[in-house]
Amino acid sequence: MSWLTNWTWPTRLRDKGIIGMNRRNIRYIGRYNSRRLYPLVDDKLKTKLLAQQYGITTPELIGTVTTQFGVKHIGEMLTGHAGFVIKPAKGSGGKGILVIEKVEDNAFIKPSGAKLSLTDVERHVSNILSGLYSLGGSPDVAVIETLINFDESLMDYTYEGVPDIRVIVFKGYPVMAMMRLSTAASDGKANLHQGAVGVGLNIATGAALRAVQFDRPCYSHPDTGHDLASLVVPQWETLLNLAAGCYEMTGLGYLGTDMVLDRKYGPMLLELNARPGLAIQMTNGEGLRRRLDLIERQPDGVPPKQRVAFAQHHFARQSELVDSKPVESSDTTSTGA
Amino acid sequence: MSRLMFYIIVGLLMVVGIATSVQRHVQFEIPWLPGEQRQVWEIEAGITFNAQNGPVQVDLALPSHQAGYRVLTENTASSGYGLAYQADELGRTARWTIREAVGSQTLYYSVQMLVSQDARSPIQTPPEVPVATPWESPYDTAASQLIEQAWARSANNATFARELILDINGERQSENARLLLTQENPAALVVRLLNQAGVLAREVSGLLLEDGRRRQTLSSWIQVFDESGEEWSIFHPLTGEQGKPDNLLLWETGGRAVLEVQGGTNSRVTFSMMTHDQPASAAVRNHYSEDTLLNFSIHSLPLEEQALFQTILLIPIGALMVVFLRVLVGIKTSGTFMPVLIALAFIQTTLPTGLIGFLLIVAVGLIIRNYLSYLNLLLVARVSAVIITVIAIISIFTVLAYRMGLSAGLTITFFPMIILAWTIERMSILWEEEGPKQVLIQGGGSLITAVLAYLAMNNPWVRHITFNFLGVQLILMALILLLGNYTGYRLLELRRFKPITDDEKPS
Repeated sequence: MSWLTNWTWPTRLRDKGIIGMNRRNIRYIGRYNSRRLYPLVDDKLKTKLLAQQYGITTPELIGTVTTQFGVKHIGEMLTGHAGFVIKPAKGSGGKGILVIEKVEDNAFIKPSGAKLSLTDVERHVSNILSGLYSLGGSPDVAVIETLINFDESLMDYTYEGVPDIRVIVFKGYPVMAMMRLSTAASDGKANLHQGAVGVGLNIATGAALRAVQFDRPCYSHPDTGHDLASLVVPQWETLLNLAAGCYEMTGLGYLGTDMVLDRKYGPMLLELNARPGLAIQMTNGEGLRRRLDLIERQPDGVPPKQRVAFAQHHFARQSELVDSKPVESSDTTSTGA
Repeated sequence: MSRLMFYIIVGLLMVVGIATSVQRHVQFEIPWLPGEQRQVWEIEAGITFNAQNGPVQVDLALPSHQAGYRVLTENTASSGYGLAYQADELGRTARWTIREAVGSQTLYYSVQMLVSQDARSPIQTPPEVPVATPWESPYDTAASQLIEQAWARSANNATFARELILDINGERQSENARLLLTQENPAALVVRLLNQAGVLAREVSGLLLEDGRRRQTLSSWIQVFDESGEEWSIFHPLTGEQGKPDNLLLWETGGRAVLEVQGGTNSRVTFSMMTHDQPASAAVRNHYSEDTLLNFSIHSLPLEEQALFQTILLIPIGALMVVFLRVLVGIKTSGTFMPVLIALAFIQTTLPTGLIGFLLIVAVGLIIRNYLSYLNLLLVARVSAVIITVIAIISIFTVLAYRMGLSAGLTITFFPMIILAWTIERMSILWEEEGPKQVLIQGGGSLITAVLAYLAMNNPWVRHITFNFLGVQLILMALILLLGNYTGYRLLELRRFKPITDDEKPS
């Protein structure tokens, strides 16, 4: 009977308010995300240009390469930029992203220390254009943007990769958030199923609630050994407002927003996802159902700031990582909004 | 679209699907199970006559659907003759014609009759009472005496007929009867006396079915209608026994001659017969029936197209299996309906050979695809290269298997090559992006789905039902629509989300 212990009952999941794939697809994505809006989020260049229109901070765009002819001019485009990232506009799963930390004597240096020549960079851009990394192999566009210098306060919580913050935004309300910390097991990637640590965040404060690796609870970062209970995301309210603003920007009702914290510019939108996964429920130790039900009862047309305040007020929770330490009163944050 | 509309559509599909299936089951007696055997009689009528060097016209009465028997197919063999089937309210006939014929002629007619309990005879029009040919003296008094006696002892047409038959042929045979029998044969005499008394009756011809009998002739039976002229019963002309024996096939029921030959002499018709059991589905395939819109069926197509449809109609079963496994169980597959196509290939190759062949092709394909990834090709070119590789692998394995005397290996060519190439491509990308574990999960999921789809599609009962009941397709459609509306948990999610429900307990 030992294998049975790995399974639970549907009723217990329902009590916890867990949402399954089928429910997510039919009830939320199918109902709130209009198919014609997908290209806005599936093409990173479109997302970026749209974000600029709506005043949502994104990493600065250095330029784009759209034709094989343009590849030859990439050297000129890059001069004067210390660090940059080249990514395919329609890439998925982080494929085809080239990060150059600094340029020294015409050599492009990756974070790992490997040196690339200009020809190597040109070949990479050429591959992006020919569709090597895009879904279905369709011709693509290379997007070049400045490198994010992520906030030092988060440095200890991650191994190699950039930690990103995922906020689920439902009808414009931020409903649940988590931070993804890359580990040695995840090979510097922030993919939870590859072994990244997922940290559930308190919507009210941005403080860590609970952390899981491979779906099992953990209390410190497996590589840096840093205690996760002390993790608090700085500029939390700005970040939530940024996330909430993505609803007006895209019109997608059920949206996953991926953000990073830049040392200089603060929270920045990295990319959007029209089909966000359900793992966020695992990191928060709570189902999305009750929160989504509550939001569905709210009227439309509420401005972003009020939506954020509403979410911070209603979705405040206590951390499971610290023993009975009360969370700062959610009232202070909501009045500040 | 409103939910109500959705459920109305699903309900409608269900009802129509079930109704047409039940209709086919009832009307055409297609059994729900494939194993059922049905008894079929093969009867051959041989007509012989001597042609008189001139035009010949041969009319042969043909049997129709009747209580206990159903006509499946009929054939004729008659070289040089023109042939026409005719039908009127008295029955069906076949008419052979030829401009000139010399010498001994033989014509054949064969019919397959399905033994079926529920078969009903068509409504029979009762004959009109013929103008009575008056008896000469002294037969007239004998006849009226016989009628009077039998009438006195009977209550209705049926009992009157029985009494009359017993008086004429039974132990009670009287002087009167013996006298009349010098004028007419027993059956004809009974019918003549019945008609004289105002009872609707006629002589019909039937064939007693016995397995393996040859050169049989038809026997005479007496059909007596009741007072209303709607119900009738059959009487044995000698014993007076009422009711049709189970093995009696009524050949001609119109009171007409069974065989009429113009332009020939010495004509006779003899019958040979044999019986065999055949699977109900085969019996159904031979069903002789008018094709109306209602009995719309695959069986009206030529055999070759039928075989094709047998496979096509199975695909929805595979699709249902995929929907079930993905929506309710949560198995990941590479390529949504790739497992169905693999399962179709398994049907051709049998499961063990199919599994081995599939694993061999994909494994070797992955190794070669791995090398191709170093060449940095464009996607379309790369997949095309993989397709050629797959064809090469299949050719090599087929030749090797043949050399080693493994004929099973030859069936490997049934695999859909383009699909295999895409599978290899996807697996390879998956390997690079997510590692070998995901390849095993998705590849294994696809294979499990394919095997389950194969088991469902190869099930004899499923094959029988999908092929014979087109209404089932509508039911499958309704089921898939319902599954597409399911918002509950997948089976594997009960495992995935288990840790959340755990930590509730300690705190």
